Amino acid sequence: MVDKKVKIRKYQKRDYQAFLYLLPWLVGFTVLQLYPFLSSLYYSFTDYKISAVPNFIGLKNYIKLFTQDTEFWNSLKVTLLFTLYTVPGKLLMALAVAVFLNRNIKGINLIRTLYYIPSLFGGSVAIAVLWKVLFVDNGVVNAILNTVGLPSQQWWGNTKLALRTICMLEIWQFGSSMVMFLAALKNVQKELYEAASIDGAGKIRVFFKITIPHITPIIFFNLIMQTIQAFQNFTSAFVITKGGPLKSTYVLGMKLYNEAFSYFKMGYGSAISWVMFALIMIVTLLLFRSSSAWVYYEDSGDF
Amino acid sequence: MERETKKKAGIVEYLVIAVIGIFLLYPIIWMFFATFKTNEEIFGSIKLLPGSFNLQYYIDGWKGHGNMTYTDFFVNTFKLVVPTVLFTVISCSLVAYGFARFKFPGKKILFSVLIATLMLPNAVIIIPRYTLFNSFGWINSYLPFYVPAMLACYPFFVFMLVQFMRGLPKELDQSAYIDGCGTLRTFVQILLPLMKPALFSAGLFQFLWTYNDYFNSLIFINSVKKYPISLALKLSLDAESVVVWGKMMAMAFVAVLPVLLLFFFAQKYFVEGIATTGIKG
Repeated sequence: MVDKKVKIRKYQKRDYQAFLYLLPWLVGFTVLQLYPFLSSLYYSFTDYKISAVPNFIGLKNYIKLFTQDTEFWNSLKVTLLFTLYTVPGKLLMALAVAVFLNRNIKGINLIRTLYYIPSLFGGSVAIAVLWKVLFVDNGVVNAILNTVGLPSQQWWGNTKLALRTICMLEIWQFGSSMVMFLAALKNVQKELYEAASIDGAGKIRVFFKITIPHITPIIFFNLIMQTIQAFQNFTSAFVITKGGPLKSTYVLGMKLYNEAFSYFKMGYGSAISWVMFALIMIVTLLLFRSSSAWVYYEDSGDF
Repeated sequence: MERETKKKAGIVEYLVIAVIGIFLLYPIIWMFFATFKTNEEIFGSIKLLPGSFNLQYYIDGWKGHGNMTYTDFFVNTFKLVVPTVLFTVISCSLVAYGFARFKFPGKKILFSVLIATLMLPNAVIIIPRYTLFNSFGWINSYLPFYVPAMLACYPFFVFMLVQFMRGLPKELDQSAYIDGCGTLRTFVQILLPLMKPALFSAGLFQFLWTYNDYFNSLIFINSVKKYPISLALKLSLDAESVVVWGKMMAMAFVAVLPVLLLFFFAQKYFVEGIATTGIKG
């Protein structure tokens, strides 16, 4: 009886119960994701302040951002630089270490665990404070440099160095990407390597022709997620340098926070958030566009 | 000869591993010892070990601000984090069950929407969320953390649990249905026990992210009485004109300690969780 019904109908009665399980998400998505998403777009065209009703002012916020607000251009530059340093830095570091560890090493699990530790503290205030102390002018990093005969650096005082020192904090936390790469490397079939060595391929050739192509999907996934995160960076700059010196670490996330939550210019803040969103979209689209050329999928992954 | 060279390579490898390890762990180790050091010892010196091991900075630091001690800040943190984690795991596993085990009209579209929200930046929704929560009177409470968790607004975990559930044989459900189980009972009694590792991973990551998160606490919490650790630390950093760094480090170390302990007790779930979730995406 029951079996017959299955064959006739496309969906079983039971299947409609799915919506019951999806209900929390359907509500959450609509109220806490879609609605805020659309209303921040709307706010970006208004002069909305927390206490007053928003008035529609067209493109004024955007015009002000791009033509009058020099601070914004600076923040844009700082954020792009930050992304450009941290994302490739972190992923290359993770990849290099993962490839290095991908062999028969005794105690690999322990090593993997220990290397992961810095990644536990992404966005942690405590670790940001620690970084601040480590790199302070008379701090331990400069002391170490001096003992090996190198000059001290003004890590936080130098406008060129401050951003890079914050980037180092992010790159230091490469462990989680490394763990993903390691798992992906383990999944590359041994037969491929054997076949390659029979064909007389050299180590470097094997690396670029077999190893790398097989882990491109995971590199791609990491690239996208890390980029989205990097564009929104806030905590490290806010806690360590407060955007200074001379706004050289004043990332877009801080600009957004100050406009929206210190001065309560919600409309203007929304415009900033949409510029940020547009940037993220552009970069993601470019990555997706380019992915067909370099990301290799073994299956299409349907379900 | 052959064996000789191989052994040598081994030593070089371990040397490289050790150097990377020092680079990664030295800051944390230094932090621990700095909690016993005076400012003079911390600055301008490369000595790792302190002159004496004295818990004074922990005692001083723990006193906190005004009548708020770090005991209160810890209680606040756990009041914020623990329900958020539980709500996340419950709601996300229900939604994941809906996606993984049913064929329903519009499934492809809804799942694509879920995947798209993975890439939705928090920055772009935070302002309207703030005004929304403000109009509900939820600012300065933990509801801005609880409610998104109850409503499965963490697509990452839904996705992760869907992926995991896809690996469980569908015959389990079928035989449960034949035995007369409804869908809820099938989920709770048959699937949920098998999903323990994935649920545990999701819970751990949510704990970690909520515990470390500073931006949302900064925006939604505005009285010291409700401050979690992250805000309290920033307050300590800003409050004093001459920072006693040993004391600051002591409180920072206390703040990272729960994460470290959790990691060591449950490292399997962390590392496996990371390794498996990324793979299929």
